[in-house]
Amino acid sequence: MAAGNFEKYKSDGSVGGNVLEWVDARFPATSMWKGHLSEYYAPKNFNFWYFFGSLALLVLVIQIVTGIFLVMHYKPDASVNAYGVPVAFASVEYIMRDVPGGWIIRYMHSTGASAFFIVVYLHMFRGLLYGSYRKPRELTWLFGVGIFLVLMGEAFFGYLLPWGQMSFWGAQVIVNLFSAIPVIGPDLSIIIRGDYVVGDATLNRFFSFHVIAFPLILLGLVAAHLLALHETGSNNPDGIDIKEKKDENGIPLDGIPFHPYYTVKDIVGVVVFLMVFSAVLFFAPEGGGYFLETPNFYPADPLKTPPHIAPVWYFTPFYSILRAMVWNFFGLDAKFWGVVAMGASVVIFAFLPWLDRSPVRSIRYRGPIYKTMLTIFVICFLILGYLGTLSPFPLGEVVSQICTVFYFGFFLGMPWWSRMDKFKPVPDRVTMK
Amino acid sequence: MSNQGKMDCGRRRLIVATAAVGGVGAVGALVPFVSSLLPSERAKAAGAPVEADIGKLPAGQMMTVEWRGKPVWIINRTKEMLDTLPKLDDKVADPKSEKPQQPAYAQNEHRSIKAEYMVVVGICTHLGCSPSSKFKAGADEGMPADWLGGFLCPCHGSTFDLAGRVFKAKPAPTNLEVPPHFYLSDTRILIGEDKKGA
Repeated sequence: MAAGNFEKYKSDGSVGGNVLEWVDARFPATSMWKGHLSEYYAPKNFNFWYFFGSLALLVLVIQIVTGIFLVMHYKPDASVNAYGVPVAFASVEYIMRDVPGGWIIRYMHSTGASAFFIVVYLHMFRGLLYGSYRKPRELTWLFGVGIFLVLMGEAFFGYLLPWGQMSFWGAQVIVNLFSAIPVIGPDLSIIIRGDYVVGDATLNRFFSFHVIAFPLILLGLVAAHLLALHETGSNNPDGIDIKEKKDENGIPLDGIPFHPYYTVKDIVGVVVFLMVFSAVLFFAPEGGGYFLETPNFYPADPLKTPPHIAPVWYFTPFYSILRAMVWNFFGLDAKFWGVVAMGASVVIFAFLPWLDRSPVRSIRYRGPIYKTMLTIFVICFLILGYLGTLSPFPLGEVVSQICTVFYFGFFLGMPWWSRMDKFKPVPDRVTMK
Repeated sequence: MSNQGKMDCGRRRLIVATAAVGGVGAVGALVPFVSSLLPSERAKAAGAPVEADIGKLPAGQMMTVEWRGKPVWIINRTKEMLDTLPKLDDKVADPKSEKPQQPAYAQNEHRSIKAEYMVVVGICTHLGCSPSSKFKAGADEGMPADWLGGFLCPCHGSTFDLAGRVFKAKPAPTNLEVPPHFYLSDTRILIGEDKKGA
């Protein structure tokens, strides 16, 4: 199904045709167009959940374009200007107040960051619903987990740049996470900061990572994610393989060309997404304090932590897991185990293809066990996320510990409970619901 | 390869040797890039000691000075504040300050040179936030009713007593760090250096 052996374009004699024939003899133009779009056969039963992959691509484009324009005015400089304000902080305020159109470009970028995570979380949830990570799509899933990790790094580096209070103390906490690693930790955190404290060196290297290194890695992973997907073909809500039933031309009976069918369908998703996105942009650009946190409107002060510090909402589930670890094990500090648990809670997604042992992919043909486990997992994820936005308190600590146990139980118990379920017979052909 | 079984071993060895030498070169080329990530000479030089005047610090209050980009607190502890310390010995993780979080001259019950003046780096030993002072005993400042006064880290909820000792079962692994310091006179402290020849 992927870019295969398509015939080279033959000109019809027109000027445009001649140009295309000339290009196609030297570059795989028509074969890429056909292999990835006009003759890439996707299952015809995609539903609502299949919007979020293309939306993630849209948000990536928004972030790159707005980012390019922000860099034209932003200055990664922690030194203090004549008015006693850090230059980086002042340059963001300059973008917001003095650069024509700057405010909306900045809000597009900051809202885009949150939108990216909303879209990606829903995209991942789709994978959990329909078993998209299962054989033969393990590599597509692994590239996706890589994208998620790089995205988290990208968001973290970006959040330091406005050099506000939350930028500074958030970076302080996260960089110090690495110092909890035994033996190499303290030196590693110095290498990350480039100084003994978070300062100008840190700001400059985070800027470099944010605008060059990580976007390049991200684009590479996105390309790999799509190439791997187009090699195996897309999964669908029934979780069955459409390639098993083909017509006399070798085209899957339940497949339709991605273009024009899904490009047009995705335009509907884009329009609805942009309506919601614009509404946030114009009426609640700070996202109620969740997209842009209030303490970040104060310049960074290395002597004073704001009374309430919390990461941006998309990190809070993992942050709660970090806070839930308060015990020392095996002679190592709770601090180290918190870091391990937080890291594991993200990386564990990579193991899903091998943890899931059910004979069917889709939730439609799984039994009550999977539905219950997935529901508990999502509820725990949301509770952890909510608690992560709050200041620590005793009951919250206990609840987050319970949720952490369920979170890991979902993954680590999966090889057993995913097999025990009552399964329904899987249809031969996709169903339209 | 079409001529199977007739591999030119000499050529193969040359290819392996070339790749190995090239690999060594590539690793060598990493050195300037990795070392550029380390603190610069300028960053290393910026660690001068700072002087603090405690003459105007009222009893029961604290002041903050900046040393190496970090807050250093000086707390003028009252007698009542000092009296809370022995009562907490069974509630804190390291009551006798056995972990090396202070110079030898501050390894005592009050973790300071002079009993009333606490000098401590105001950075939580968990993940580096700066704890907030909660000096009032009891629940007035949102602390538990049996609170005797101390510090609360807003990030992850670690609590410290008035000598910077961390309470048990909190994320912070060790007591707050006491920086090297000494008294230049009765009211002036130099933070960042031990007394010369002492």
